Amino acid sequence: MGDRSVSDRLKDFEEVDMGLSQEEAIEEASRCLQCKKPGCVDGCPVNIDIPAFIALIANGDFIGAASSIREQNLLPAICGRVCPQETQCEELCILGKKETPIRIGQLERFAADQERNKGLTVPARKPKTGKRVAVIGSGPAGIVAAGELAKDGHDVVLFESLHTPGGVLTYGIPSFRLPKDVVKAEIDLILAMGVDLKLNHLVGRTVSPDELEGFDAVLLGTGAGLPYFMGIPGENLSGVYSANEFLTRVNLMHAERFPEYDTPIARLSRVVVVGGGNVAMDAARTARRMGAKVTLVYRRREEDLPARAAEVHHAKEEGVEIFTCANPVKILGEQSVTGIECIRMKMCQLDNGGRPVPEPVEGDTFTLDCDIVILAIGQGPNPVLVSQIKGVEKGRAGNVVTGEDGRTSHPKIFAAGDVTTGAATVILAMGGAKQAARSITAMFGN
Amino acid sequence: MYIIEKSLKLSENVYEIWVNAPHVTRNAKAGQFVIIRTDEKGERIPLTISCISGDLVRIIFMAVGKTTHALAAIPAGGSISDIAGPLGTPSEIKQYGTCVLVGGGVGIASTPVIAKALKEAGNRVIGILGARNANFLILEDEMAEICDELLIATDDGSKGHHGFAADLLKKKIDEEQVNAVWIIGPTIMMKVTSNATRDKGIKTFVSLNPIMVDGTGMCGSCRCVVGGKTKFACVDGPEFDAHEVDFDNLMQRQRYYMEHEKEALSTWQEHQCTCGRHE
Repeated sequence: MGDRSVSDRLKDFEEVDMGLSQEEAIEEASRCLQCKKPGCVDGCPVNIDIPAFIALIANGDFIGAASSIREQNLLPAICGRVCPQETQCEELCILGKKETPIRIGQLERFAADQERNKGLTVPARKPKTGKRVAVIGSGPAGIVAAGELAKDGHDVVLFESLHTPGGVLTYGIPSFRLPKDVVKAEIDLILAMGVDLKLNHLVGRTVSPDELEGFDAVLLGTGAGLPYFMGIPGENLSGVYSANEFLTRVNLMHAERFPEYDTPIARLSRVVVVGGGNVAMDAARTARRMGAKVTLVYRRREEDLPARAAEVHHAKEEGVEIFTCANPVKILGEQSVTGIECIRMKMCQLDNGGRPVPEPVEGDTFTLDCDIVILAIGQGPNPVLVSQIKGVEKGRAGNVVTGEDGRTSHPKIFAAGDVTTGAATVILAMGGAKQAARSITAMFGN
Repeated sequence: MYIIEKSLKLSENVYEIWVNAPHVTRNAKAGQFVIIRTDEKGERIPLTISCISGDLVRIIFMAVGKTTHALAAIPAGGSISDIAGPLGTPSEIKQYGTCVLVGGGVGIASTPVIAKALKEAGNRVIGILGARNANFLILEDEMAEICDELLIATDDGSKGHHGFAADLLKKKIDEEQVNAVWIIGPTIMMKVTSNATRDKGIKTFVSLNPIMVDGTGMCGSCRCVVGGKTKFACVDGPEFDAHEVDFDNLMQRQRYYMEHEKEALSTWQEHQCTCGRHE
């Protein structure tokens, strides 16, 4: 069914991509070659049996397809929408070598949406083991770990510091990419497996590290929610937001509907977003929907933008102006922001990741007039809990070090998701969480 | 949902509520705060923990905008949708010797828990309470009971010293050896009052009240400049060394949503029923 028109979608926060119709889904599923050794499965961090569920869709058994996906993935409606399939399953699809790969993400989403519309059934649990596990953080890692652990028969307490579960799915990714009723339905299903969700609990403050000792195992899924600032002059002027603050005000608190909702947000007219990842695109497109003229400033070239290609495309269609090879050096203003001074960047040798190292061109600066600056230059692990837990080895960026099995250096503590990797993807967090949950169950000896 | 067990009015626009929140009371320490949200469309606002009694948290606040007015209008037995906490780094409680706690206006609300903790740590504790006039003085009896000495100042002279709490603080540090000072009140009052201890090099804490959203360190709305560095008041504070705080930056950031706040309050007032609970 494709994307809604730009003029329609800029008027609201409804989903842009309308997904596939039944006919389109069957047609797309029928293109699959049903490979004997499917590359796509290797490309999926949780190894969904992709040919199997696609075959079911091709036969018109949509609910069967959804159940098949659920064996490996507890959040298919979410992953089908936000996974970067172009670098995962779809990249390894054999059809991609000659023509276009199967739209696996769209098909996953389709099956999950069909299933949700019919009403979801709660997955079965194994008999109670009597083991108690604390899962900290209800983002993608925590929610998946809680689900897997509940399925294995353990008693799970899921701690969340905010008033709504979901982590970045709730406060970060906007509803025009990931509708909140979709998030709620998938999370509710996991909670229905008997997970005890404790909202408004900041572990490290509400629950002390000592109290966690009372659990048989602890899983840290606290994410990478600490926003980085640039340390440039003017950064603490009014009108400078971290992308986390800006997106939280809108996605979690509905500031775009002020004063119906109580949380205010600046009246946006000219916005500069700094950064080039998905968070930067989300912030820019959110600001466009609030009526602002939006310029995005990124220090490398357009081909280096870390955001998904589809999101860059959507942002451009919606009128976000992208300024590449430039970096802010100063935010201007007396009380609140009036502009941002940037320096042009030249690309020098390649770094370890194959991206060029940008360096400033001395003296080549320019100024953009604006009243809001949104910084989307990355996030690190939130130190509140991590710094308090003893016996857990930490990496240089404050992340928790784990093996592939999700074990930390503490025998009873496991970790998964962005707290281990730094800001990454929803599906990687989920893959790590599944692995960590498996390790916990293995430790209990069932 | 969290039940408000008690709700009473202390003075004009100042209210006291007791919220049933065992998860908060279990580990709360002096100097910490909570974030509350009144209902599904509500905002998250930070309020200091003023007292802990069993499962109940006492919160004292001034009704200044929509959320605080709405909170004041909830009768005993009513509820709020969320209370998160305790949040923030606790006060640095240890044996200092003689400590002075200066509370200004509704900022007095935060002083009893800190005074009590300092007392229990073996300090001599002197309280100084300042208010616009005698009607705005709160917790006087409670502080008198905890402190070794309690001094009062009112702007209009209706009770105690005619003038500011800062005058009494200056006098006190001239009279005797003071080892640590807490100043909690409006930002301008904390800025001015902390000058009294600056030259003498007396360790002075202020409790900052910037705009917060989550209160857990994930957004930076509450960032403050302390000693030239950016700090998040919700996790690094709210208490900081008074002599290192950039108060002017804090005041400028506090004013950012003033127009929105007025609009929210007037919209709410227009839509209120005439049930007679609010004045």
